[in-house]
Amino acid sequence: METILFLAHTEADGSLCRAALESLGAARTLAAALPDCRLVAGLVGGDVRAAADAIAGCGAVRILGVSGAPFAVSRYFTDAEAATALGRASGASVVVAPATSRWNRALAGAAHRLGGRIDAHATAIGAADGSPAVTRWYYRQRLEAVVCRKLRPWFILLDPGCAQPWTGPSGAAAIESVEVAPSTASKTTVVGVRSPQADLQTIRPDAKLLFVAGAGWTKVQPDGKAHGRDAEELILNFLRRTKASLGSTKSLVDLSGEGQAILGFMTHMNQVGQTGSTPRHAKGLATCCHGEEPHTVGWRFVTERRAVNLNPNCGWAQGKADVLYVADAFAVMREVEALLGARARTP
Amino acid sequence: MDTPFQIVVCAGLVPDPLQTLEPAAGPAGPVLKNEMMLPLVIDPWAAHALFEAAALAKRFPGSKVWLVSLAPRAKLQQVMMTVAQKAAFELVALDSPAGGFTESAEIAAEIAAAIERLPGIDKSRLLVFGGWESASRGTGTTLQTVGERLGIFEQFQGVDRLDMAPDGAFQVIERIEGGRHQASACSGLPAVFGWATGELPEPPNNPQIGMANMRTVMPALNRARPVKIANEGLSFARVTAPNQRRDTKIIKDMAPGQIAREIVDWIGPEQ
Repeated sequence: METILFLAHTEADGSLCRAALESLGAARTLAAALPDCRLVAGLVGGDVRAAADAIAGCGAVRILGVSGAPFAVSRYFTDAEAATALGRASGASVVVAPATSRWNRALAGAAHRLGGRIDAHATAIGAADGSPAVTRWYYRQRLEAVVCRKLRPWFILLDPGCAQPWTGPSGAAAIESVEVAPSTASKTTVVGVRSPQADLQTIRPDAKLLFVAGAGWTKVQPDGKAHGRDAEELILNFLRRTKASLGSTKSLVDLSGEGQAILGFMTHMNQVGQTGSTPRHAKGLATCCHGEEPHTVGWRFVTERRAVNLNPNCGWAQGKADVLYVADAFAVMREVEALLGARARTP
Repeated sequence: MDTPFQIVVCAGLVPDPLQTLEPAAGPAGPVLKNEMMLPLVIDPWAAHALFEAAALAKRFPGSKVWLVSLAPRAKLQQVMMTVAQKAAFELVALDSPAGGFTESAEIAAEIAAAIERLPGIDKSRLLVFGGWESASRGTGTTLQTVGERLGIFEQFQGVDRLDMAPDGAFQVIERIEGGRHQASACSGLPAVFGWATGELPEPPNNPQIGMANMRTVMPALNRARPVKIANEGLSFARVTAPNQRRDTKIIKDMAPGQIAREIVDWIGPEQ
């Protein structure tokens, strides 16, 4: 019999993020698919009351909580302690948790302390022959595998956007408080969060659209000159109007990183592909992107894809995009900008 | 007086990103087809960690960088020919197939044991560096387990910047959701840092550094400890290279204005 622990941390406002609710949905589905399985919820945060009440109707037989000021912030030392305590108190054999930056940092340590194993970046959790089976990518999204394990507890970090979030009734949850008493104090103090300036906030994981800019934006144009400033303006205006998230190919990010005046707002955090991120968006528009398979994995998880490129044989688009417009991206995006501007002015 | 730091960089080898990979069945589980023929490179994020380590050691004279690598010895020798020209380090080689389909916890145990064996290691001055994820297994869990085994509980992942003070106190920023960074201050070592891209460009090849490194690299390769990864309790129900090919509709000779209208209609109403 498996005991599944849904393990989540609260956000700054005491709520659970969407990724946490997705993990709860996946944990419930797994519990239903396994024989004699029970679901337990474990919450970590400054105050877990609101989060516990929000998931009171999720079907967990117990809701455990680690609360207090030290657990309000994202920090390895305290998070690993809290997760270990909840794993132990729940008697969990399987732990399902969202792959947030906070849990990605801490849960491997908790798995080690409990003598278990961990699989991060799971994209699906199912059951095979009465046991859990986890689907995840290897070699930066080039190979996909289904993993099974005999050792317990088995920690599974589910990537955001891979399951339906749980929705259900809230209520007054009966929280079992779990005490955590570290033998020493952490030397780490969380100072704060640094966000890009509002105008330069170009990474939006929840956006419906991903706009991928390639190095072609920096190349010499038919008039014999490069038009980096124009490119910057066109891209930023498009992002402002559509609230799209910005991705970039490695070559463009590298150019920016080398101090070339290309696109001032571009950083390595925008990079998609094998050495970047693989974001999940409903739609993706790639412009001036070149490259082969290793780089195009950056938009593997984008559902609908279109591309604008002068090269009809471009590896970014051929076989990867649904529609490839063979055209000058500068000209197209100027027209797009005009249309979006007109749309914004229409009452 | 400045504290000379001891910086251990953990870095594996991964197939060159331009290689097409196919899975194959090996005697003990899945492997890559023609795995021993594939050209390998140092893991990209771990490479950033190595460059950051070298820069840090340069800032604090007397500091030392070790590169601990668990990989097939022959492949390691090839990769060292280029990596050794980028940064000054002492290689600690562990000889193992160590592909992506190996157990992170077991790899971590071997790496931690190798660090414990380093002569003169002093945890009060120790920084353990690595990439925040590998480009093979890609779990982002090995470094944390290395830290746990070494008793290091100040850990940071997705690190893009580290500002060290001479007394070992430091400030660090880590990547979090939404393109943001979390900033933390830590009053002292030891600590584990899983690097993202960092802020340093790849250093140019320096033949002098390469020559100096190679004096210790070859003996280290000869001493490479054979390591067997058992993958206890781990099995793979299926490994596939998914067919991602789409039926692309190619539109040529359409005016930019018309393309723009199609795109705007496709994007739909404001997000």
